[in-house]
Amino acid sequence: MEFLRFLLRRVLWSLLVLVGLSMVIFIIARAVPGDPARMALGPTATQEQVADLQKKLGLDRPIVEQYGLFVVGLAHGDLGRSLLTERPVNDDIRDTFAATLELVLATIFIAVVCGVPLGVVAAYWKDRWPDNAVRLVAIFSAVTPSFFLALLLQILAGYVLHILPTTGRLPPNFDFAPGYTGLVLVDSIIAGRPDAFLEGLRYLLLPAISLAAATMGQMARITRSSMIDVSSQDYIEASRAFGVPEWVRVCKYMLRPSFVPPLTILGLEFASLIGNAFVVELVFAWPGMAAYGIRTILQKDLNAVMGVVMVSGVFFVLVNLVIDLLVGLVDPRVRIRGSRQ
Amino acid sequence: MSDALLSVRDLSVEFTTYGRTQPVLHGVSLDVPARSHVALVGESGSGKTVTMKSIMGLLHMPPASISSGAILYDGRDLLTMPRRERLKLTGTDMSMVFQDPMSSLNPVFTIADQMSTILKYADRRLGRSRSRRERMQRVLEVLAQVRMREPERVARSYPIMLSGGMRQRVLIAMALLSEPRLLIADEPGTALDVTTQAQILKLLKDLVEERGLALLMITHNLGVVRETSDYVYVMHKGVVVEEAPTAELFAAPKVAYTRALIDAVPRLTGARPAERTEAAP
Repeated sequence: MEFLRFLLRRVLWSLLVLVGLSMVIFIIARAVPGDPARMALGPTATQEQVADLQKKLGLDRPIVEQYGLFVVGLAHGDLGRSLLTERPVNDDIRDTFAATLELVLATIFIAVVCGVPLGVVAAYWKDRWPDNAVRLVAIFSAVTPSFFLALLLQILAGYVLHILPTTGRLPPNFDFAPGYTGLVLVDSIIAGRPDAFLEGLRYLLLPAISLAAATMGQMARITRSSMIDVSSQDYIEASRAFGVPEWVRVCKYMLRPSFVPPLTILGLEFASLIGNAFVVELVFAWPGMAAYGIRTILQKDLNAVMGVVMVSGVFFVLVNLVIDLLVGLVDPRVRIRGSRQ
Repeated sequence: MSDALLSVRDLSVEFTTYGRTQPVLHGVSLDVPARSHVALVGESGSGKTVTMKSIMGLLHMPPASISSGAILYDGRDLLTMPRRERLKLTGTDMSMVFQDPMSSLNPVFTIADQMSTILKYADRRLGRSRSRRERMQRVLEVLAQVRMREPERVARSYPIMLSGGMRQRVLIAMALLSEPRLLIADEPGTALDVTTQAQILKLLKDLVEERGLALLMITHNLGVVRETSDYVYVMHKGVVVEEAPTAELFAAPKVAYTRALIDAVPRLTGARPAERTEAAP
């Protein structure tokens, strides 16, 4: 089928992109000043100790050979050891990735569930007060830096109102740890622990909202303009002439054809989402991969940096693949022609 | 002819944009008796589409507003009757065939989905009820009536999978779903090639005749008028400038504008028409 070929082509391109990404990051990580061995050992270490560690890390070899070793390791699913935590990078990422995944999924959920209806409302009452209100909110949420919003929410909900916790993922010394999936909300349901679910939700809310605001604003704006575009199409006028009720026309005949642009933008937004997650995780002390990534970058922990970047890259590619699939589901033209328009 | 099925009486419509009011229709009157085939012809901007939209209740108000007149359907004024009552008629008893098969079908739903949705809400307005299965049955039935060879396959298709001619037939089928008495056709087939358009017009004519429907054909093409109608109204600049039985109009147009329109029809024989189009009022 055309659509399968289209998806397969996307997968192959994505693999190519990932190879490119790994090369660029590999070179940049080594090109920036600062010696990882020296930073790991501290200022008191002797020159011999540093040289020793450099040799152990393979940093004395030509960069092409280093990259070759990295690729061999990657092929075996081994990302090496972290200088910072002195544990295998695989383990570090496994422990932190789930927290980031949960945060990002909640963010996407909030952004879509709030952003799309806002866009529909704005389009339906175009140029009237609901539209103006939505546009104002959308602009503000899209331009407010996530760290600023994060701090604001922390102050408001945490210190002033005392309604939501401001740091961490679960209360300290809480007798529940995510197991199967690593997602608190999912695992608590599996384990039949409603209290853990609620606690997890309380802790998740503020970071997810801070992270979601920008994407939600984008979703609302794109959905609005897309809906307005579709509303002037002949087929909408036709459904009016055939007496299809207003709400069916808006929520079915208009919304579904309007849904492709917001979906596509969501895929692109995803990159900045991961970037912003770095900051939001730091502010909320969220034990995620992004926070881990920042610490390792500052430490020039080369193996860990490569690991984080590669995992983010694969994550990005997978999300966009899912979005391509969804676009195909929403719009049969993509499925049938195998491309967009 | 006040006993006509559809009777537009002295209809005036104006549009208000940026604080300026522009009259668009000036007292248009026309009659479509039951089982008759009437054409409304005029160039772009003559007001024929606004007339059609007024009849179908498709005008966006604002910016449009109906300043005077009445639209009688079966003797009852559509403009003054309660909205609920009017909705029981439009899309069911008086139905419309849309012009552009490429853009009048929703690209992301199957034909079956779109047609049964229309039927579902038409039934609901009329206080009837049909099961999902019965609706599907009716959809297939109507698709077969518009001479679709494989109704099941067409029903399962998305618009993009069908040719222009097939889509136009789907649009006709949609109009026929609730067994209308009046069919308003807005230049069907203009977007198609000439051969397909001829087939579509033939099909439409056959269907209308078989069922004894009244037809109001809205077009700019006098060739179409000659093919499909017995009586013609000619519109120009928001006014009906001439009305006559079709044969009479072609034999002896009274108004210079009508003559110009007739001369604009391309012919297979004879010399090229003189530059009389310029003389139109």
